[in-house]
Formats: sequence, C-alpha cells, structure tokens
Amino acid sequence: MAKYLLIESRDPFDSADSQYFAELIQGLAKRGNEATVFLVQNGVLPVRKGSKYSTVIADLVKSKIKVVADRFSLKERGIRQLVDGVDTADTDRLVDLLVEPGTKAIWH
Amino acid sequence: MAGKTITVAIMDAPYESANSTTALRIVQSALAKGHNVNVFAYEGAVNLTMKAQAPHPNPVKGTSAEQEAHPTTKDWVASLFKMAKDKGVKLDWVNCGLCVDERGAGDWVEGPRRGGPKDFLDASNASQATLVIPTK
Amino acid sequence: MAKILNIVETAYRGTIEEQDDTVLWLTHMLKNAGADISVLLRANAVNYACKGQDASGLSFGDAKMTHPPEIDKDVEKMIEKGVSIYVVEEDARERGLGDDDLLAGLRRIKRQGIPQLIDEHDQVWHW
Repeated sequence: MAKYLLIESRDPFDSADSQYFAELIQGLAKRGNEATVFLVQNGVLPVRKGSKYSTVIADLVKSKIKVVADRFSLKERGIRQLVDGVDTADTDRLVDLLVEPGTKAIWH
Repeated sequence: MAGKTITVAIMDAPYESANSTTALRIVQSALAKGHNVNVFAYEGAVNLTMKAQAPHPNPVKGTSAEQEAHPTTKDWVASLFKMAKDKGVKLDWVNCGLCVDERGAGDWVEGPRRGGPKDFLDASNASQATLVIPTK
Repeated sequence: MAKILNIVETAYRGTIEEQDDTVLWLTHMLKNAGADISVLLRANAVNYACKGQDASGLSFGDAKMTHPPEIDKDVEKMIEKGVSIYVVEEDARERGLGDDDLLAGLRRIKRQGIPQLIDEHDQVWHW
C-alpha cells in the first residue's frame, strides 16, 4: 500500500479533465492505497456548499479519502461554507504530507 | 520532520499562472520547516528569476510604481534565497540552460545556477519527495 | 533506482517553436542520464503516437523552418531506447485513432488500468 498526495489545481467548471482526476483518485483508493487530496487554486471552487460539482467532493469524502482545501485559495475566492468533511490547511501541511515516507505526490 | 530534501519542478512563466505563486508558497513552507529545497525551473519558469523585471505603476488605480509596490517574482525568489540562508538550509535553484538561451533570459538575481535535466534527476534521486508542477 | 512514470497529456504546446515536445524531450534526456523512466500518453497526447505527423512547410517571411518537430519519430526513438510508452486506448479511440494509425511497439492500457500502472512506479510526474 502506498500513500498518495494528489494535488488538484483544476476545477470541473473549467476543465473536463478534473473528472479524470477524480476517477484516478477513487481508483488509487480502491486499490487499498491511502489517498489525500489537496485542493488548491481553482481546484477549491467545487468545495463551496451549493456548487454544481460539490457532489464530486462529497463522493470523495464518502469514500474515506482525506480532502483538504488550501486556506489561502479559499480565502482568495471568498469561500466560507464548505462541503461537510473537507478539512482546511496551508502549504505547511502540504509540505508535511509531501515528506511523509512512502508518499507519491501527483499534481494535476 | 525537519531536515529533509524536496525537489520541485516548475514550468510556468511568471505572471501567467497561479502555479508559480503556489510553487513559491510550497518552497517557502519547506524552507521555513527546515527542509532543503531543489528547484528545477524548466521552460518559461526560467523567467521567474530575470534580473531586469521591474515594478510598474497602475494607471487604472492611479498609483505610482512606489505606491503600487508591485511585486516581481525575481524579488520573491531572491527573498527565498535570503530566507534559506537565514534558516541555514539550502535552496538550490537550477534554471534549465537551453530554456534560458532560447528566451534570452540569462541575467538573473543572485542565487540560481545554470543546469539541465540531469541536475533534476540527480536532485530527485537525492530527495525524499519530488513534486512536478507542469504548465498547461 | 526509482521507477519513474511521466504522464503526458498536453499536446502540441510550443512544439513548433521548440522543435520538440518539451516533456518527451526531457524524458529522452533523463533516459540518457540513466533514469528508469516510462511514459503514459493520455488525453490529447495520445496523438503523439499517431504515424505520419508532418509539421513541415512553415516559414515567416524569409525565415524558413528547416527542422520541424517529428514527434512520431521521437516516440519511436524512445521505444528503441527501451522506454515503455503506454497509450490510453479509450483516449486514442475517442480521437478516431485506430490500431493502424498508431506506431508499433506501444503498450496499450485501458483507463481503469492507470491506477495499477501508477502503483507500479515509485515516482509519478504528471506533466
């Protein structure tokens, strides 16, 4: 079992490819890997409660995948109400996750 | 978890993508935590450290360059080098030499060095973590 | 030595100016430097595996482009050097690429096989 840090900078409003990444995350988790998704930049847009794609985030949370949203990106976009189960953190936490032994980091 | 080494590859040119700012935030967080950081600046990212970058006024806001305090990425990178020195950790910033040549982007702030893909590979092999932040 | 997987998805970004795809070029350089590296072509980059790409014929005034990119040949050279080049079947099919259109020596992979491929590598660089 590996640890994955999946950093999503894209959003489903702008990029059809974010669907691929959500499926990839689910696929890695289903193989028994530990997956953390770190949403950054416009990647935080679906995290806002009521957004069209908030269900994508809720599905990740339901699948026991850790979902963390970058606090600066949230603040920058005025996002205050988050999908339940989403944690928030700064890049300090991202670095901690990055250097955890056995972690593979994938940016999208 | 201090004292590790992280390698970050970046590709975006300055003032074009949120990726550049995020990359520099990650580098800053890593240095602040006492980690060494290798940066491989590939393609447009070699322009991040160009010495000739200059702050400009903002005619829309009616501000002068001084009032606007417009940031430049070369100042941010220079500041990260100072931070690394103050913290006693290493920031090794490699600008891809061929990318520099084709862009005429060879005059940098103090700190970066010229290199190539092998430097990136060696840095990654000697690191506990590698993160590639591509451009689109 | 770490097993590296380079995932390439963006296609024809600056390839005329560079005379290369910058990530495939980097992959080739890393292979030459001793890396254990494979490539996954997905999304629009599956078209890099198409035979018969021809970017010749451009000129700007008197400035002629004499060495255009030959990305299909670059892919073939990497295969010859022992770089495994994986292509996502569904992505190729969606772009109208049939088996006859694709280069020899590629490794075809289905979308659902990507997580396993990623698991089999120590480093995954998603360009």
